[in-house]
Amino acid sequence: MSEAGSQTADSPIDESRRKFLTAATSATAAVGVVFAAAPFIESWAPSERAKALGVPISVPLANLEPGQMLTYVWRLKPIYIIRRTAEMVAQLSAHDAQLKDPKSADSDQPAYAQNEQRSRRPDIMVMIGICTHLGCLPKAHFDVGDPTPSLGPTWPGGFLCPCHGSRFDLAGRVFDGSPASVNLVIPPYSFPDDNTLLVGDDGTKKGAA
Amino acid sequence: MVKLAAILAILLVPSLSLAAEEAAASETAAPLDYQAWHAHNDVGNLSSLQRGARNFMNYCIGCHSLKYLRYSRLGTDLKIPDKEVQEYLLGPGETLGDYITTSLKPADGIAWFGKQPPDLSLIVRAREGSDYVYRFLKSFYIDPTRPTRTNNLMLANAAMPAVLSELQGVQEAVFKDAIVDGVNTKVFDHFVLATPGQMSPAEYDDFVRDTVNFLDYASEPAQVSRTFIGKWVLLFMLALTWMAWLLKKEYWKDVH
Amino acid sequence: MSTPNEVTKPGFWGWLNKRLPVDSFIKGSLTEYFAPKNFNVWYFFGSLALLVLVMQLLSGIFLAMFYKPGAATAFDSVEFIMREVNYGWLIRYLHSTGASAFFLVVYLHMFRALLYGSYKAPRELLWLFGMIIYLALMAEGFMGYVLPWGNMSYWAATVIINLFSTIPVIGTGLVEWIRGDYGVADATLNRFFSLHVVAIPLILLMLVALHLIALRENGSNNPDGIEIKDKKGADGHPLDGIPFHPYYTVKDIVGVCFFLTLFFIVVFFVPTMGKLFLEPANFEPADALSTPNPIAPSWYFTPYYAILRAVPNKGVGALLLLVAVLSFFFLPWLDRSPVKSIRYRGWIFKTFLTIFTISFLALMWLGLQEVSTVYVWLARIFAVGYFAFFWLMPWYSRWDPVKPVPERVTYHG
Repeated sequence: MSEAGSQTADSPIDESRRKFLTAATSATAAVGVVFAAAPFIESWAPSERAKALGVPISVPLANLEPGQMLTYVWRLKPIYIIRRTAEMVAQLSAHDAQLKDPKSADSDQPAYAQNEQRSRRPDIMVMIGICTHLGCLPKAHFDVGDPTPSLGPTWPGGFLCPCHGSRFDLAGRVFDGSPASVNLVIPPYSFPDDNTLLVGDDGTKKGAA
Repeated sequence: MVKLAAILAILLVPSLSLAAEEAAASETAAPLDYQAWHAHNDVGNLSSLQRGARNFMNYCIGCHSLKYLRYSRLGTDLKIPDKEVQEYLLGPGETLGDYITTSLKPADGIAWFGKQPPDLSLIVRAREGSDYVYRFLKSFYIDPTRPTRTNNLMLANAAMPAVLSELQGVQEAVFKDAIVDGVNTKVFDHFVLATPGQMSPAEYDDFVRDTVNFLDYASEPAQVSRTFIGKWVLLFMLALTWMAWLLKKEYWKDVH
Repeated sequence: MSTPNEVTKPGFWGWLNKRLPVDSFIKGSLTEYFAPKNFNVWYFFGSLALLVLVMQLLSGIFLAMFYKPGAATAFDSVEFIMREVNYGWLIRYLHSTGASAFFLVVYLHMFRALLYGSYKAPRELLWLFGMIIYLALMAEGFMGYVLPWGNMSYWAATVIINLFSTIPVIGTGLVEWIRGDYGVADATLNRFFSLHVVAIPLILLMLVALHLIALRENGSNNPDGIEIKDKKGADGHPLDGIPFHPYYTVKDIVGVCFFLTLFFIVVFFVPTMGKLFLEPANFEPADALSTPNPIAPSWYFTPYYAILRAVPNKGVGALLLLVAVLSFFFLPWLDRSPVKSIRYRGWIFKTFLTIFTISFLALMWLGLQEVSTVYVWLARIFAVGYFAFFWLMPWYSRWDPVKPVPERVTYHG
């Protein structure tokens, strides 16, 4: 940095003081910039409106027949709700060898869904209907032995994703040979009573809206 | 210079005397005592806001919406737990995330009152502060010539009936003669409480203050955090300005 | 192309400088750009104007992420920003306060030029670019105010656009063309959005760049109004000049910090500033059937509004409004004084400038008041004081008894 004018003989330039003041002011200003940037960055986070629309949804189960599926939307995602029959539940333990992640060790689900049926109750299955490959919606193929060619000869019932052919069982677990690598995601949920399902709230703070 | 001043003075005198006349005219019209009424509400007072929210749901929501405010936001800001919001404030079929709407259909409002009761989300900001609404709620008086049998000092020929008269009581307005702009008119002098209500005047005053406080909050929910953050920003800026000043003085020692 | 004397710097810096004139820009505009050493407080407002421009761009960009242009959605979207977007209220207040701050800073920046004759040769083009920036800023501010679609937004748009109907022959057709509808409507709002967010900011940036390039060409004027380049030292640098960096960078930072302190006081404690920055009438949605009372434009337009209202004839009033704004453009040629700075001008110029300043402020106040006979007469008197400053200048600036101008600037370190 060049300096104009001259210092008089009795007051030489105090370089260290200048460096200190410059550094101190710059550091303080930098802190200010960070705090100034924070509101702008925060403004991109989901707004009150997004959070309000993302509140837990209440699903009545009384009219859901065994073997039937309902699709509800929670936080802009499709939620598949299936009332599994006893046979469907029994079938789940029969094909572990054909699954990529049978114990759901690498998959995303709440603690209460890390079991064979991947659910709190064996008869009600709740999962997010978004293929863990690239995000398409898997289609239901519940019939055992469904003749659709890409399902293979020993189809136990489950889902087929139309985009790239990933296959999932009735607990959302992904079959070998699928482009997807992990099981379908399970959202937080709970049962306020036997005939009501509350998606998005399982009593923990993170689960609630 | 003196000549210029003289010219200016001659030009200004006529306008000054006109101004004096107008001031005199407004002095013969008696100062209206409600202009001394101030809400003096404190949006930082949570219990006042909570009472105001309760008052609003009990007396206002029947006709007026607060369509830009959500129940969930109200609960968070006023520190009312979700369960209590659901039990005491929500209407039938409403959920926490809903905006606060009224069940009065616009068509019914127009049929019954002549106009749809306005949304009150911004009423305090639209009237530049809480004083107007405070005075409005205290200024209903008996007027047999109106379809609602009442009138309001702040809003002449208001379509709104005196819905709070069971609390405040029934007021009569006493007018007196005065000359305004050279014309003989009747000017408001004072109120007389003809029939007492469930509340004493002091209690009703608190009731209105709490309600207006709540509406003040509803007009700008961010105002409390705004002033809170502002104090810290100011402290920071004063420190930074001082440091920048020291830095400038140091470098400018070079300049002669 | 490198000359035989050029030394290529090592590393990334050398690579960069062979492809972009970074070093020469830093030297030419900062470390070896010499500015007069006697700048006073009036010289802060240029850099402050640049600061406010950047702040408006930043806050504006973020507002545009959430604002929904359209008669049916605009008002609601602004309340959405105020209540539901995280820190939306803060971004909104930065932008609304910034708009008023911009005009305050620009008016003080222009006043500096009146004090020290900064518009005189060879800086006429610098002044003209500045004046065009002022016009663009007025358009930007006007359109920005319409966007929230409050009741004052709607009626301000209606009244101001109606001014164009005074233009003979094409007036009525022009007004309908500007509006895009039979009254101010959705079409008007949407096109104002596009102009406010894209077109005028781009024009402003180009004009500011031209303004700064013109400044650099001749260097700054100064409070003594003498050309520092006339007295150079042995090193070829002006004797009364100092490098912009570090001296004026470090000084401008103080100005910025002080300004931001005042700015944030407004943003966080009095964002509405009574009725001045956010009018109460604008917290009600636009209503074509209900004119707000009183109706007035924002404070930065009210001097011209007062002049408009002072004239009983609509066409003449509109014309005088235009002349009032455009008068500034002619200053470099109206001013016949041999002297630039007020420090060396005589009592005649000082009187006219004082009357002008008082008139401008009085007109600003009058434009905010409700119409009354007294106020109209006062506005007429102060309008005379306003116009006299410009249009009598060719004579009084020549008759003005000036003082001798010093050889060197006045600086007391």
